[in-house]
Amino acid sequence: MSKHPKSISRSRRISLIWRWVLAVVLVTFSVFPVLWIISASINPVNDLASQQLIPPNANFDNFKQLVSNPIFPFFTWLKNSLIVSTISTLLTLSLTTLAAFAFSRFRFKGRQSLLKSILLVQSFPNLLAIVALFTISKQIGDVVPWLGLNTHAGLILVYSGGAMGMNIWLMKGYMDTIPRDIDESAHVDGATDWQVFWKLILPLLRPILVVISILSFIGTYGEFIIARTLLTQREMQTVMVGLQIFTAGQYTKNWGVFAAGALIASVPIMVIYLILQDQIVGGLTQGSVKG
Amino acid sequence: MATNDTPTTGEFAKKTIKGAGNLLITLIILVVDFVLGLFAFKLFSLGYVPIGICIVLIMILISVAFLVPKAHMFKWMAVGLSAWLLFSIFPIIYTIYNAFTNYGDGHLITQAQAIKQIEAQTYLPETGKSYQWIAYRSPDNKYLLWLKDAEGNTSLVTQVDVEGAAEIPIVTGENGIGEIDAEGAPVTIEGYQRLNRILASTDKNLTKIKFGNPEKTIQVRSPSEAAELLPLYAYDAETNTFTDQLTGKVYYDQKGTYVAKTGQRLIPGYTAVVGMDNFVQFINSPGLRGPLVTIVIWNFIFATGSLLLTFSVGLLISIIYGDPKFKGKKLLRSLLLIPYTIPSLITILIWRGMFNPDLGIINRMLESVLNISPRWFTEPWLARAALLIVNTWLGYPYWMLVTSGALQSIPSDIYEAAEIDGASGWQKFWGITLPLLLVSVGPLMISSFIFNFNNFNLIYAFINGGPPIPTATTQAGYTDIIISYVYNLAFASGRGVQYGYASAITLLLFILIAIMSLLQFRFTNMWEEVGENV
Repeated sequence: MSKHPKSISRSRRISLIWRWVLAVVLVTFSVFPVLWIISASINPVNDLASQQLIPPNANFDNFKQLVSNPIFPFFTWLKNSLIVSTISTLLTLSLTTLAAFAFSRFRFKGRQSLLKSILLVQSFPNLLAIVALFTISKQIGDVVPWLGLNTHAGLILVYSGGAMGMNIWLMKGYMDTIPRDIDESAHVDGATDWQVFWKLILPLLRPILVVISILSFIGTYGEFIIARTLLTQREMQTVMVGLQIFTAGQYTKNWGVFAAGALIASVPIMVIYLILQDQIVGGLTQGSVKG
Repeated sequence: MATNDTPTTGEFAKKTIKGAGNLLITLIILVVDFVLGLFAFKLFSLGYVPIGICIVLIMILISVAFLVPKAHMFKWMAVGLSAWLLFSIFPIIYTIYNAFTNYGDGHLITQAQAIKQIEAQTYLPETGKSYQWIAYRSPDNKYLLWLKDAEGNTSLVTQVDVEGAAEIPIVTGENGIGEIDAEGAPVTIEGYQRLNRILASTDKNLTKIKFGNPEKTIQVRSPSEAAELLPLYAYDAETNTFTDQLTGKVYYDQKGTYVAKTGQRLIPGYTAVVGMDNFVQFINSPGLRGPLVTIVIWNFIFATGSLLLTFSVGLLISIIYGDPKFKGKKLLRSLLLIPYTIPSLITILIWRGMFNPDLGIINRMLESVLNISPRWFTEPWLARAALLIVNTWLGYPYWMLVTSGALQSIPSDIYEAAEIDGASGWQKFWGITLPLLLVSVGPLMISSFIFNFNNFNLIYAFINGGPPIPTATTQAGYTDIIISYVYNLAFASGRGVQYGYASAITLLLFILIAIMSLLQFRFTNMWEEVGENV
């Protein structure tokens, strides 16, 4: 407290210096794998063994290889991933919003026990029941082939059904914060439940809709093990499954191609993060962890 | 609405429209019910009873929601709840059920299917009705067989495994059949070569091929004779036993497998409830029990270690760089957030390449600087250390985000009061910052612990549970956590799938997670929140 002003500024400078040193160490740790993979992707030598951080003769051959590589149908996978994630997200969003509206606005028998069950069940990741999911898909597919194993529709159903609990909970919590006076006065004016939902509540839900759709999209896009179990044909697989299976083989010899694929596959999610960073942070701290 | 006034035309139209709307909804629901009913019926007829029941429940839920006026609020959630029922609840119940069955290799089908398959097994009788035969072979090794029985009846049959008619009429000019010889056999068949005795006796495939149809299968017995195959096992529905027609041995049903007194088993068995067998098997077998103990211990170490490391690094960053006077804070934050913005699977795979013991950058650097080359993928504790390093990288940004928000909400006058009392920076941290922080982020710490407890992606994609535990009788490794161990039990090829046993271990995992979740609910008052809103 009673230190000389000069010594304060000196200790401040020292603290600033070590802070910067630490910052450099931390940033190196955080950025290095990304720099490494960028470097690998533009390195004409495809091999992990001969990779250098600054590659000589850098070019985009690895990216070109992605277009026409028969063992690595990368853009088919990417397309599959985008389709599955988009449809799952839309389906989850519409089903959960409707259900959450009923939980938030109506009072009925069994409401509490249903909510509690939903809360308890959502803590079991549906990956745990993967054997059962596999069996369900297989048995459904024996009757309706386009909903069974090895179909995108089947996978979308599994994703949406599995995410239902957590999202209903998030959505209901948000709806509860919207005062019920709003809809009561609308009811007095003769509005139906549907009109209240569609015209009054839904527009107010924008922030939570954004959060749930981002989290749901990121979650399904990054998921690979259910997809891997349910989709067995190479052309049907999602990009995460493709990349994972690819690296399980002779990946060290095809490191450059993998790197190029990994970079492109990261783009959709990175873009979402850059644009919607603040909403994501808000959604994460509301109780869900990145999957 | 006034009751004694006659309704105006407008109101009347409204009512009519409403009535028509109700009728339309009823019709749609009837169609939906019909489709679901048909679906459930087909599931039942294939023997898939549990999932059939689930579909029936969904059918009832949808009908009640849309047709019973009092249950109108369920309209809003009927579809969502159906999806939840089918893909969240049902899998859990089904897993619990599976834990008490022998579902797995050799027991994958229903009893009816198993009986059918065993009944289809045949043998070639050494005596009995026989045929004269001539074989015809196509260039791609497809065969036709001409037969003549003792009464002189002739026929031309195809292989059992070929689609289409089992028998081809012997008529010249049809199906490529040429002239017919004195015996009644075609001299030529287009696309086939008639095999003479020498060719036929040197053809190794011929005696193995089954001709005709599944009900009447014919096989070549000797160069001069072919005979009809007979079912090897006769099923007696009353006693639920099979009897071997050759030896007379009787096979009794024992929990899904038909077993003879001598211990011989018929294949396949069927999925049956076996009670506590899976658990007993686990307790009695050191090859199963041993690995699981190792795995459970490591599972807790991994989840705790991951939480501590990610939390401390994240908190450290937000304390050191939370100072608003620190220049470049925003840029730094963005750079430090990078691990979070890439799908984790991709970065796990990148780290896997970097940790490669022979070729990866990490060992190349360690070799040139320290002249060491750790075997990351083969030494148990090195593999575990590598996993914790990677997980720290993946997880600290989350805690950086969470704690920087939580730190700002700690009122600054508490610190000022502490400073007046002469508290040092260290004392302030342990006495004020950490306790207050733990209160606000405690529930998130439990979520994070549960998440890492089941962090399958990292373990599986980085190292697939390896290095293997040598004493294990199934695929198990030193870095396996319960969920990856279960996955390999169920799906790893080569050693046979063991769904029942895998489900039994999943049950253990369910219990652990339920305890942790209930702890979390207690922490966050979520239970009470549900109640308050009523």
